[in-house]
Amino acid sequence: MKKDILEMTSLSVDEISLILDTAERMKEISERPVKKVPTLRGKTVVLYFYEPSTRTRTSFDIAAKRLSADSISLSGSTSSMVKGETLLDTARNLEAMRPDVIVLRHPSAGAPHILAKALSASVINAGDGMHAHPTQALLDMLTVRQHKGALAGLRIAIIGDIAHSRVARSDCEGFVKMGASVILCAPPTLMPKGIESYGVSVTFDMNEAIDGADVIMMLRIQKERQAGFFFPSEREYSRRYGLNLEKLKSARSDVLIMHPGPINRGLEISPDVADGPHSIILDQVTNGVAVRMALLYLVTGGTRNADSD
Amino acid sequence: MRILIRGAQVIDPGFLEGRMDVLVQDGRIADIQPEGVLKVPSGNDVTIYEAAGHILTPGLIDMHVHFREPGQEYKETIATGCRAAAAGGFTAVCTMPNTSPVNDNGQITRFILSRAAEACGVRVYPVGAISKSLEGGSLSEFEELKEAGAVAVTDDGEPLMNSLLMRRAMEYAGELGLTVISHCEDKGLAHGGVMNEGTIATRIGLPGIPNAAETIMVLRDIALCELTGARLHIAHVSALESVRAIREAKRNGIPVTAETAPHYFTLTEDAVREYSTHAKMNPPLRTQKDVDAIWEGLRDGTLDVIATDHAPHSPVEKDVEFDQAANGIIGLETSLALGLRLVESGVLSLTGLIEKMSTHPARILGLASGLKIGAAADITVIDPDRVWTVHADQFQSISRNTPFDGWELKGKAVLTLVNGVVIFKERLETGS
Repeated sequence: MKKDILEMTSLSVDEISLILDTAERMKEISERPVKKVPTLRGKTVVLYFYEPSTRTRTSFDIAAKRLSADSISLSGSTSSMVKGETLLDTARNLEAMRPDVIVLRHPSAGAPHILAKALSASVINAGDGMHAHPTQALLDMLTVRQHKGALAGLRIAIIGDIAHSRVARSDCEGFVKMGASVILCAPPTLMPKGIESYGVSVTFDMNEAIDGADVIMMLRIQKERQAGFFFPSEREYSRRYGLNLEKLKSARSDVLIMHPGPINRGLEISPDVADGPHSIILDQVTNGVAVRMALLYLVTGGTRNADSD
Repeated sequence: MRILIRGAQVIDPGFLEGRMDVLVQDGRIADIQPEGVLKVPSGNDVTIYEAAGHILTPGLIDMHVHFREPGQEYKETIATGCRAAAAGGFTAVCTMPNTSPVNDNGQITRFILSRAAEACGVRVYPVGAISKSLEGGSLSEFEELKEAGAVAVTDDGEPLMNSLLMRRAMEYAGELGLTVISHCEDKGLAHGGVMNEGTIATRIGLPGIPNAAETIMVLRDIALCELTGARLHIAHVSALESVRAIREAKRNGIPVTAETAPHYFTLTEDAVREYSTHAKMNPPLRTQKDVDAIWEGLRDGTLDVIATDHAPHSPVEKDVEFDQAANGIIGLETSLALGLRLVESGVLSLTGLIEKMSTHPARILGLASGLKIGAAADITVIDPDRVWTVHADQFQSISRNTPFDGWELKGKAVLTLVNGVVIFKERLETGS
């Protein structure tokens, strides 16, 4: 496995399969009454979150602890960042304490690349600006694979604020790489230029996106986006691009509904859909722990079965 | 003190061309004659340079540089900036007003000129601020700036969004004979973007700036230029549509001139792909289509000037996250060689390049220039065949923020004279 997990671009199909297969085995550890194996005993994992995050940080933290690694959490407000230290200086100081893995969430695209270049520790990107969120894409792929058996040939619709979404970008790359077809849907104001270059198709019509989709991935719409005039009102956004039972009628009967969270109930997704029979949103969260366990294990050089100790 | 430069190909666009000997005496051009005609002067105050195979031109002028004095001397001082200019073959530079404090009054202008007088000799022409503190709120005192020595006014770096203020600036500056230099950017449309809008920005997750953010303001300022009749100079043109707009304006007889920078005719947005902050500038690097349009604009005269927008920054501003990094790159020590690539590619003749780097900037700003007998001896001698590798750590500039570090370039200034004084010399043979 590579030293760093920065984006889906640098992962091969084989590597993605290995990660997903490893995560599949990790999943079982979380089902045990004693949810802990000694595999990463003595390894230090730093969770460095420059941006607020509950789900992703907790998920990494649990993943590290279930493998017996020591995890240390730093956040933007408690770190040296507020004292004016640069990212690079912070990184060098961390490195001097010999961590094995640094998990970074940062508002600037490319921030994990700065760390990866400068450090000998492994860097896992837990989301950088609008650029990439590879662990989310991997857990999305794992979740779909569990429900559909395989990824190749599936039709994945991703609907919402594509422009500002690192999840959309990483999902596009991951699913296309694994042989699925991806259709993106957003108002034209939230569809970034050149996104087709991922080998995906684009529509502004939600019905077209839903039609025949095996998976519908809804993206969070950030309320502050109205400051950039991206859409007229939440009301109109919700009417045109929100997923509700009415719109779901035209979907396949076995469609899966996903959302990377946190959801805005009633805005991009109605509560009855989010909690309905097609929703696998909480499976995504469960798989998040497994995927992150797999990644921590693989980047620290794991080859044995994690659960064999 | 006399200097004889022998056997160079002398080019003063529209005036002189051919192999000639140039005699400099008492700071002035004493004589220029076809090679071998001039009698070698006797006396031990004579230095002779053998310049066969070299090109001798009127001193190059960079009409768009940022020296960081006063305020950010750790990036560049007037002294180090002047040394970088001399090494790049420039005998004169125009310094932008976004120092700290801003050059919006005669006192700062005089301070800059007093520092320049202590530097290596490169002529420094300060450009004053259009608005006080570059805040876009009210006009600076143009007459005082002019009296102190400012040659033009601009709010470079901070686009002037208030069209009324821009109109007044042009009317008022026009009457004083000051050129208005415009940094064309619609801040609202740029919307916090940090690179060119397009596929690469989308793929690497950075907010983009569309060409239109520049072109809209180019069109606005052309309209104001037509309205006021004042002289307008558009700074650092990067976009295809801007070139088109300026071409059309010139066709209609509107008194607009324009410059572009070496990076806009050499690099595309591709240079940003690895989040390289040395490829971050404003306006941003664009696409190949834009580069082609810049080439065409240089070729057909739409773009009058090549200026560097020399913008020194330290690692403090550049070794950070891309979206947090400061805009701009240094250019004084690479500009000439990058310009010569245009000659190599057939975009410009050598004469055309010298026009863009000397004759035109002088004309636009009303500065003396040219190889006239009796004129101040501001001269650049270029070895067009010298192949050299860019080593940013050996630059005269304090800063190293260049995307061209490690590039192999061809052509270099080997002798720079201001007022007949050698302010830079490198590997040039002296004879007797």
